[in-house]
Amino acid sequence: MGSLLQIVFDALALGSLYALAALGIALIFGVMRLVNFAHGDVIAFSVFALLWPSVDAVAIVFAGNLPWFLLIPFALAIGAGLSVLSEIVVFRRFRRANPATMMIASFALGFVIRYFLLMLFSSRPKSISLLPALSQPVEIFGARIPLLQLITIVVTIAVLFGLIAFLRRTRFGLEMRAAAENFTMARMLGVRANRVIMGAFALSGALAAAIALILGSQTGTANIMMGANVMLMAFIATVIGGMGSLAGAVLAGFLLGAVATVMQVILPPDARAFRDAFVYGAVILVLIFRPQGLLSARGTKERV
Amino acid sequence: MSLLSLSNVSVRYGRLTAVRNVSFSMAEGEILFITGPNGAGKSSLLRAIAGVTPPAGGRIDFEGHDITGQSPEDIARLGISMVPEGRDVFGGLTIEENLMVGTGMHAHERGWKARAATELEAVYATFPILKERRHTQAGLLSGGQQQMLVIGRALMTHPRLVAIDEPSLGLAPNITDQVYERLIALQVERKLTLLIVEQSSTRAMMAGGRMMLMRGGEILLDGDARALGQSEAMQAAYFGYGEH
Repeated sequence: MGSLLQIVFDALALGSLYALAALGIALIFGVMRLVNFAHGDVIAFSVFALLWPSVDAVAIVFAGNLPWFLLIPFALAIGAGLSVLSEIVVFRRFRRANPATMMIASFALGFVIRYFLLMLFSSRPKSISLLPALSQPVEIFGARIPLLQLITIVVTIAVLFGLIAFLRRTRFGLEMRAAAENFTMARMLGVRANRVIMGAFALSGALAAAIALILGSQTGTANIMMGANVMLMAFIATVIGGMGSLAGAVLAGFLLGAVATVMQVILPPDARAFRDAFVYGAVILVLIFRPQGLLSARGTKERV
Repeated sequence: MSLLSLSNVSVRYGRLTAVRNVSFSMAEGEILFITGPNGAGKSSLLRAIAGVTPPAGGRIDFEGHDITGQSPEDIARLGISMVPEGRDVFGGLTIEENLMVGTGMHAHERGWKARAATELEAVYATFPILKERRHTQAGLLSGGQQQMLVIGRALMTHPRLVAIDEPSLGLAPNITDQVYERLIALQVERKLTLLIVEQSSTRAMMAGGRMMLMRGGEILLDGDARALGQSEAMQAAYFGYGEH
């Protein structure tokens, strides 16, 4: 019983990370048909922004020493700020370009961010201790669950409900949903394109920073590549979920987390190193049977 | 002074010229039909006015201000409301949400919420079916209901000029009759200026007003709809008899 519960919590916590990242990608894809591959590097940047530049193995924690009620908003602001900045400096110029061009621009931007971090911090992973109070375990029905895992799950669920409320109840949310379905029509009703797109980037960047805080506390390391794996899984989640569908992205994120966790448990020990290969195999199977994704989004048809 | 005036407007897509040096102007409160065969450049002309496809040449003025090359949202905010071909409802939004999208442009004004609520009731009074189904997803409506929704949605922005692309497209004739009946009533009631694109001249002749005929990206005829509709010049121009 205890170990089963442990697996459930592991799956939910991993799925939460994937779901948050997938949401960040789907939000931007929804309004401008851009798959933002720089998203993973925004995650890494948000962690490194808490450190003082140095090439030492032990990080010189700077803003990371703030009390949590300042640390969290600070990190979210960094993520949102970098994301909005990337829109203004880079993606705005590609708005009329085709999706492939925009995607390549996002790869390029990702490299710029990564090598900027490399320059300041070197590629050596650094040990950090972020929010150390969260690593102690709590006991639930005989399973020992790290407090952080619990918080990750609760935070993700809170973010999801918050986002739903934002999209359904606020004027800005209404404009974003309209723009995601048909951008040109929304503009012809006076919806400001720049405002909506910058809003999507800000939300997406804040989500990236949330992931950064969770990953940083979970692993205790800062690594310039730390966002890459999450980004890849999140991208796959948005594809499986149906490009542009927010609900699909979240669902597929949790599904991938569950599949990865279950594989970890049921695969024979020798095969565990190849867990991701099995996960991607499952992804291929899903796409063979449902190429449009689990929940296909409305309004993703080509707009002229 | 004319409300809208175009001088020498051209629209190009790459090497293809869709609209060629078109000039005309509309007075406030006027109904203008633009008719013409497929590919005449009618929709391109509307897209240029709405700012979706900026003109390759020429100048567009609205209320005496040059709006050439302005963004669609700025043009909408000045009071030109567009109902594009194929209706373009936001299918995943409810009817009421669809209607509310365009009210945001007045959100900086005092008392806009109360005015939006009044406006919403006025649209519901004109199209009672929309009120009945206000919480239904717009994608589930019939073609006629969607057409009423997009007209209502355009009115919610408090426009000076409403441009409608093929309101009869894909609708049964009796539904088209209803749509036109409401449109004309609205025009009288609100002193709207209406720019309507239709492929056939039949509707223009029934509704009356001014009519222009476009073909090959140019305006060939311009005059009273009923008089033009019965003239032989109209037939000749529409089908291109006796040219070249």
